[in-house]
Amino acid sequence: MNVALVKNDSGPAASSVFAAAQGRLPGAGKVADIRREAFAAFERTGLPHRRIEEWKYTDLRALVREVLPLAGTPDAAALARAKVAIASVAIDGATKIVLVDGVVALELSDLAALPSGVSVRTLRALLDEQSNESRGDLLLTKASDPMLSLNAALATDGVVVTVADGVQLSSPLQLIHVATASKVARYSRSHVLIGQGARAALVENSIAAEGAAAYQANDAAVIWVGDEAALSHVRLMRDATDVVNVSSELFTVGAKSKLSLFNMTSGGAVSRLQAFITLAGEASELIVNGVNLLRDKQHGDMTLVVDHAVPGCTSRENFRAVLDDRAHSVFQGRIIVRQDAQQTDGKMMTRALLLSDEAEADSKPELEIFADDVSCGHGATAGALDDSLLFYLQARGLPEKQAQALLIQAFVGEAIEAIEDDDLRERVIAAAQDWLEARA
Amino acid sequence: MPAVQETVDRVRRIDVDQYRYGFETVIESEKAPKGLSEDTIRYISGKKNEPAWMLEWRLEAYRRWLTMTEPTWARVDYPKIDFQDLYYYSAPKPKKQLSSIDEIDPEILKTYEKLGIPLREVAILEGVEPKPGAGSPETRKIAVDAVFDSVSVATTFKEELKKAGVIFMPISEAIREHPELVQKYLGSVVPTSDNFYATLNSAVFSDGSFVYVPPGVRCPMELSTYFRINERNTGQFERTLIIADKGAYVSYLEGCTAPQRDENQLHAAVVELVAHDDAEIKYSTVQNWYPGNSEGVGGIYNFVTKRGDCRGNNSKISWTQVETGSAITWKYPSCILRGDNSRGEFYSIAISNGYQQVDSGTKMIHLGKNTSSRIISKGIAAGRSQNTYRGLVTAHRKATGARNFTACDSLLIGDRCGAHTVPYIEAKNSSATFEHEATTSKISEDVLFYCIQRGLSQEEAVGLVVNGFVKDVLQQLPMEFAVEAQKLISISLEGSVG
Repeated sequence: MNVALVKNDSGPAASSVFAAAQGRLPGAGKVADIRREAFAAFERTGLPHRRIEEWKYTDLRALVREVLPLAGTPDAAALARAKVAIASVAIDGATKIVLVDGVVALELSDLAALPSGVSVRTLRALLDEQSNESRGDLLLTKASDPMLSLNAALATDGVVVTVADGVQLSSPLQLIHVATASKVARYSRSHVLIGQGARAALVENSIAAEGAAAYQANDAAVIWVGDEAALSHVRLMRDATDVVNVSSELFTVGAKSKLSLFNMTSGGAVSRLQAFITLAGEASELIVNGVNLLRDKQHGDMTLVVDHAVPGCTSRENFRAVLDDRAHSVFQGRIIVRQDAQQTDGKMMTRALLLSDEAEADSKPELEIFADDVSCGHGATAGALDDSLLFYLQARGLPEKQAQALLIQAFVGEAIEAIEDDDLRERVIAAAQDWLEARA
Repeated sequence: MPAVQETVDRVRRIDVDQYRYGFETVIESEKAPKGLSEDTIRYISGKKNEPAWMLEWRLEAYRRWLTMTEPTWARVDYPKIDFQDLYYYSAPKPKKQLSSIDEIDPEILKTYEKLGIPLREVAILEGVEPKPGAGSPETRKIAVDAVFDSVSVATTFKEELKKAGVIFMPISEAIREHPELVQKYLGSVVPTSDNFYATLNSAVFSDGSFVYVPPGVRCPMELSTYFRINERNTGQFERTLIIADKGAYVSYLEGCTAPQRDENQLHAAVVELVAHDDAEIKYSTVQNWYPGNSEGVGGIYNFVTKRGDCRGNNSKISWTQVETGSAITWKYPSCILRGDNSRGEFYSIAISNGYQQVDSGTKMIHLGKNTSSRIISKGIAAGRSQNTYRGLVTAHRKATGARNFTACDSLLIGDRCGAHTVPYIEAKNSSATFEHEATTSKISEDVLFYCIQRGLSQEEAVGLVVNGFVKDVLQQLPMEFAVEAQKLISISLEGSVG
């Protein structure tokens, strides 16, 4: 009998993907229970769609349609391709940790020569430790979100990095996600703990090896910044252009600390970074900067939830989108100021530059305030390049494209300049430059 | 910066336990049987002597409503409404056929007197000082349509307006007397299937005002409707339809109050505005429904759909609202900027006290070329109230040259309340220019500096700037309302939290 297969809303049943992945997922007993519960939580909504407020502008049911099967363990050939790919992003002197298709590749990582005070273990090893079933906690988070639940259900590996109290790292830790396989999905979950008084820089890259296409990436990171600690976290997302990348990051920041987060998305067909940041200790400072450089039919989304849970913290969010062709950029920022969080100072700015009549920029800068002695604000603008500025530059002899490039550079520069480390900032500027050059 | 004492005192003066309009009028009334069914709708339609097409329209909306679910996205929290436990129609029992205003039930007259609303054709409202040099008294007249529960009890200045060609009458009358206009425009801005409450309104609406201003006519006086809910357990579902034909101008005011009661009452209105080429409609509201007591018991649930359609080129629609009442407010007066060069404005001041919940804002939908919109919203939350601004600004692909400016500020008084801002900004056209800001400090550093340089303290300077700014909003209100509103909103906004 011939039966026509009708594809439902979320594509081929995600449950069959989950069932098929069972043999590859680390952790038994309680860990497996947590995964089942997480998957059930995902199934209740399926792929998030526009009727779910947090996903209003990034309708994965329309954009993605289906949950792809879990990527297999990379073989030697895949690792070789990954090795070629990482050469282009590897930072000299950085401690590299490489995940290939969601699995830690020890042979490509610098785990043998870690700086003192830094320890790294793999999530897979920790979850597989039979003796300690409470490791399931590694899959739990306070934030609830369908894609985060899916990550908990299917996370195959990741790293658990600890920077001991008081350790000041002089060179960055670099987490590189490389995709080598096509038409598969990867799920990784990492934990980073910055000890009290410690200082570190964490660079995260997402890239594709030669030939990798149409994959799905769902990487989660749970990051703790201890009291009086500082973390600078820079993310550069340059996936292949037909890729779906939905990443979630959860931060908890202690007292008198500083967290600086920078994200730039220029790759991927559909990308989203959702960051949930809780300021849990007093007198801390948060700086978030984001840049979306998109063209063709790319869709990029940055969603931030900043929770001021205690008094006296400062937060600054600054987002820039440059959109060409039919690109679509989304910025959703929410600042929550709890009842006790007096003397909060929160500011949020989102600006979009539309270079084409078919581009679309959607912004939703939200404030949710329960304390009365605070200063919070947000601003949003959208528009084309300023004609009078263009004219000024052209009158001085610059060709139109070059004048545009200069203005675009200045526009995104406002977000990039927040990166304190000179070398990192130069890298980001170079990456932005690449995008601009490809335009001309 | 926390709120200054002056602001605190002023907000206190309009706190929920200071509600001045909470009295009840004892009057015999005629009600539809409790609950909602096709029979209720037939009853309402029958009471109004409506033509068959109107009944059919209502029934279709009702059938549609049965398939809909109540929206839950707004930031408001209330027990489930039992739609079968309400009266959908209540009218004061007529003693006999009325031929003049003097024959209106004196109790009702007294009610409106107490509320300060003249049902006699007086030139100016009580308490309004004539402005020196403010033109002839002719220009200061104000025509009133008074809606008491489900029916319009009086409409003043009808004859004089008729001379100018302006039609101003209860919508129930318009359905009988001007079916061609009503049929053409009713539901053309807010379709019957629009949303849960609008659909319910389409099925059961009982009265409201109808205004038609013919081409080229500038309406000779302010028009106004005063809504009063009196009867217990009754929902008020009014429907207002205002059409400004080519080149016409009209200014319309709306006021609302209700008695103090322990149970919640439902008010689900629909207002539709249509502005043709070069026409302008100015719609002002002072919403002061009973907000519930200081424990959060009672009060009106105000679920309202208001939308204006700038259908013609160069048309303009302006919404001004002062919101101080209602236990729950859920309303988003919107503008569809369809005509080229059309303009939409939204000025709002929402003050919440006690346990009030406000979720209000606007939608500016830019469809035509060179359309512009401006949103000025001020929210003040005190007591245990929650005050949310929710607004959408969107420019369609073809809306070249669209411009929007939005400023929404809010202020908290006390640490038990919440102020929230949820703007949605969608730019789908590169030539659209959108600016959105939500801080007082951003308003003008230069001006502040200028004032401080001349010896004002920082606070005085901010007060001066902000008050000047609020006055801009106030000036959008016709003077008759401005007097009342002034008391409500001459509030400085120092310490605004965006």
